[in-house]
Parts: sequence; structure tokens; C-alpha cells
Amino acid sequence: MSLLELNRIGHAFFGRTVLEGITLTVERQEIVALVGPSGSGKSTLAHIAAGLVEPREGRVARRYLRHAMVFQDPRLMPWATAAGNIGFPLRLSRAPRRMRRRMIGDAALRAGLLPEDLGKYPSELSGGMRQRAAIARALVTDPDFIYFDEPFTALDVALKRRMQDLVIEAAASARFAALFITHDLLEAIRISHRILVLDAGGRGIAGERLPPGNPGTRDEAAIFALRQHYLTADPLFAHIHDIDERLRP
Amino acid sequence: MSLLAACLDRLARLGRFLWSAWAGLAGLALIGALWQAGHEAYGDFILTAPLDTLAAAARLLHEGRAQELLALTTARALAGFGLCALIGTLAGVAAGYSPATLRLSRPVLTLLLGVPPIAWIVLAMIWFGPSDMTVAVTILISATPVVFVGAVEGVVTRDRGLDDMARVFGAGPLRRFLFVSARQISAQLFPALILALGSAFKVAIMAELLANAGGIGGALARARAMLDIAEALAWVSLAVAALIAVEYVLIRPVRAELERWREAAAPWGVKR
Ligand SMILES: Nc1ncnc2c1ncn2[C@@H]1O[C@H](COP(=O)(O)OP(=O)(O)OP(=O)(O)O)[C@@H](O)[C@H]1O
Ligand SMILES: [Mg+2]
Repeated sequence: MSLLELNRIGHAFFGRTVLEGITLTVERQEIVALVGPSGSGKSTLAHIAAGLVEPREGRVARRYLRHAMVFQDPRLMPWATAAGNIGFPLRLSRAPRRMRRRMIGDAALRAGLLPEDLGKYPSELSGGMRQRAAIARALVTDPDFIYFDEPFTALDVALKRRMQDLVIEAAASARFAALFITHDLLEAIRISHRILVLDAGGRGIAGERLPPGNPGTRDEAAIFALRQHYLTADPLFAHIHDIDERLRP
Repeated sequence: MSLLAACLDRLARLGRFLWSAWAGLAGLALIGALWQAGHEAYGDFILTAPLDTLAAAARLLHEGRAQELLALTTARALAGFGLCALIGTLAGVAAGYSPATLRLSRPVLTLLLGVPPIAWIVLAMIWFGPSDMTVAVTILISATPVVFVGAVEGVVTRDRGLDDMARVFGAGPLRRFLFVSARQISAQLFPALILALGSAFKVAIMAELLANAGGIGGALARARAMLDIAEALAWVSLAVAALIAVEYVLIRPVRAELERWREAAAPWGVKR
């Protein structure tokens, strides 16, 4: 049984169809990358899958126990410290107070935040630290499914690499499945078991590719070569960079 | 351990606050100087010297009756303020969440704000006579719109992204409101509450004076009848002092507690 199953999902905003006939599944402990040009409806799809948006048509079957999401922006509460933000899901799930401190510290460490940063407010953190706090918040309840919505777009290349490694490691050790949205092919290849390409107009999944090997074991040269191959020789990825949302009819 | 740290943090904040009182004192001294200059230019009858006014205020306080009147006016203002804070916040939050109610309440608000407060005093006098009720109703009607608008603003301008975030992590509507929205609403609400408190005091004194309902307003009316400028100024100073005391004892500490993060976000020069 798949952990997440979307069946013929369709959605429209104010009469304008954004998604149509999207069917996809995510298996246990699998990281699926979803790529597609900007404005093709990736975020909308993630929000539908997570239950934030009610789809106009289609069915969503969620068979995981607990999910979490890392949004496109960090979405930290400015009035709470990093620790307060990371511990927010624990507060919601009524985890015993005594255990929270340790769990927050654990999650922060896994996301690469130092204990001395935990007492700071989001306005006192750097952009990368804020994103790490958002990741720690997603990890803290040990969910078995995590939605990542282009979480690293705003980060510089080196930090991005470190964050990707961090997700790969966390997925391997905590055994969660994930739907990882990105429009960076390199990131998709590095991080996922399977790459889905969303049609540029949101009309279905255009196709899927399985990069050989497992995330974390592929070497850099192979990843880079595969990306070049996808971009130059694979028709599936032909439109991935060339469409601007405003050019759509 | 963390309790100790929290206490130390509060103490440090109190210390910084007391230290910043020097700036306030400097401002007061400036006002005092201008006042003194005015006194020397126009004489005792128009403007009593600040020190004489202070002496008059001290005498009023020592006579004992002043404390009673101050307490009466403060209690009336606070009662009106409490009522308007409660009603304004509840109605504002409800209207903020329901666009239909908001559209309905807009014209009502315009109407209420258009009527001069003095008209309400006259009406309330006719309805309730010279009593606490007159004062309370006048405060309620003139100060509630400010609170209402503050609460609506807070709800409408809240960050919906945070709502979605809370929902993803499993918060239902109630906990989304308590944990995420309430904090954002309070940020808009507190300035409105401070404004409302100030106007509650002013309206209370005005209503007392016009309705002859005792309190500081009544004392002011008496001072005017006897053309006792020193006593009038003394009463005004006492009223202002009472307002400031209430504001700094009642509202500022709560606000400081809720907005600790804002202080952390402020640049260094502004912080101290
Ligand atoms: N709340 C909304 N109301 C109206 N239209 C919306 C809303 N959210 C998204 N859209 C529209 O839906 C389309 C898909 O948006 P979405 O955010 O899902 O794109 P995306 O694939 O995530 O893009 P990006 O890669 O830039 O994040 C866009 O054309 C956008 O204008
Ligand atoms: Mg998006």
C-alpha cells in the first residue's frame, strides 16, 4: 500500500484551471521529487495533498500516521524563539513538557542548529538558520511523511548542498517518506529515489525518471552527467526551464 | 535554572525601563520650563507657576478629599475602559473573521464616529441623570470604535501563512486562534487599547464636568466657578498623573511581556 495516493486530482482558482488529472503515489520510505516550471501548480498540489486546500475533483488517500511540511518560506512565528518554533508541533500534539526540551534539542541538532541559537528569535537568525529551524520543526515529531516545498531555493549553493545532505541523512535514519518539490534538477537527482515531472500546464504528470542508485550514494560526477543528459537529450525535461507563468494563455 | 534566567531577563528589562525614565524626565523638565516662561510672561492669574501648581496639587492630596475624587474618576474611567475593551475586542475579532459582519458594521462605525462625544454626554444625561452610568455609557460609545478597528485590523492583516503552518501540524480552529492568531491580533490591539484608555479618562472628566457627576470633573467645574486657576491646573495635573500611572501599571507590562521579540528585532541604537 502506498503511503500517499493522489487520484485524478484537479483544481481551479477562480475558474482558471491550475491542475487537472494528477495521479501519483509515494511509497513507504521513498523520496519522490516533483519538478516542473514555475507556476505549474506544484505548491498547490502539495497543499492539496497535505489537506490545506480542498481539491475541486479527485481523491487523496493518506495512509501515513503523521505528516509535516517545510514551506517555500520558513513561516516561523516571529514572537517565539527558535526553540519555541521548533517545539510548536510538540505543543500541538500535547507531548509531555519534560520530554520536549530533549526532542527540540535533538531535532535542532539534526537540522544543523547549535544549542546556543535555540534561544534566539527568528529576527536574530540568518536566512539559512531560519530555514534550518523550519526543517527542525518538521523533524521534531518524527513524522513518517514530510512535504518539502522548494525549501532551499533562497539559499546559496554551499548551504543548499549541506541542507540536501541533511535531508538525505534524516530520511535514511528517521525513515520518513517525502514529496520533495523543486525546480532544480540537480537537487532532484541528488535527493530522490524517483523524479516526477509535472506538465507545464498542470495537466497531469508528464512522466517519471528513476536515477540509478540510492540518494546519498550517487557521486557528484554521475549526478552532474545525468542532469546534462536530462536537459540536452531527454524530451521530458525540455520545458522545465523555459516557461514563465505569465506566458500561459 | 531557566526560571532564574527569565527573572534576570525581566529585571534587566525593568532596569532599562527605569534608565529610560531619564529621557522622560528631560521631556517633563522641558515642559516645566516652557510653563514657567508662560507664567513669567502672563502672570499668576492666567498661568500659575508650575511649582505653585505642584504645591496646590500636594495640598489637595493631603486634604484627603482629592484622593477620594481621584479614585472615583479613575474607577469610572477604568469601568468604562474595561467595558469598551471587552466589547470592542470581541466584536472586532468576530467582525474580522466574518466579512459580512464587517461590511455591516462599517456604516455603523462611521455613524458612531461622526456623532460628537458631547452629544452622547447630553443624551446620556437625559437618559441616566448625573450618575456613574452616564459616564460609563459615554466612554463606551466614544472609545469602543477605536478598539473595534484595532481588533479588526489585527485579524485582517494577520499572516495567513502561519495559519496554514499551524494547520499542517494538526491545530484545529480554536488552537490556531489561540496559538497563532491571538498574538498577531494583540500586536494591533495594544496601541488601540492605550488610545482608548487615554480617551476613557478624558471623556470621564468631561462627562463629570458637564453632567455635574462629581469626581475630578466636578472639582474642575468648582475651580472654574471660583476662577481658581491654581486649583484647576492642579486637578489637571492630578488627572494626567492618574492616567499615566494606570497606563504604566496596567497595560505596558502586559505589552512588554507579549512583545519581547520586538525588542530583540530592534536595532541596537533603538534598544537602549
Ligand atoms: N490562492 C490562489 N489564488 C489564485 N490563484 C492561485 C493561488 N495560488 C496559486 N494560484 C495560481 O496557481 C498557479 C500555480 O501556483 P503554484 O504556487 O502552485 O505554482 P508553483 O508550481 O508552486 O510555482 P513556483 O515554482 O514558482 O513555486 C499559478 O498560476 C498561481 O497564479
Ligand atoms: Mg511553489
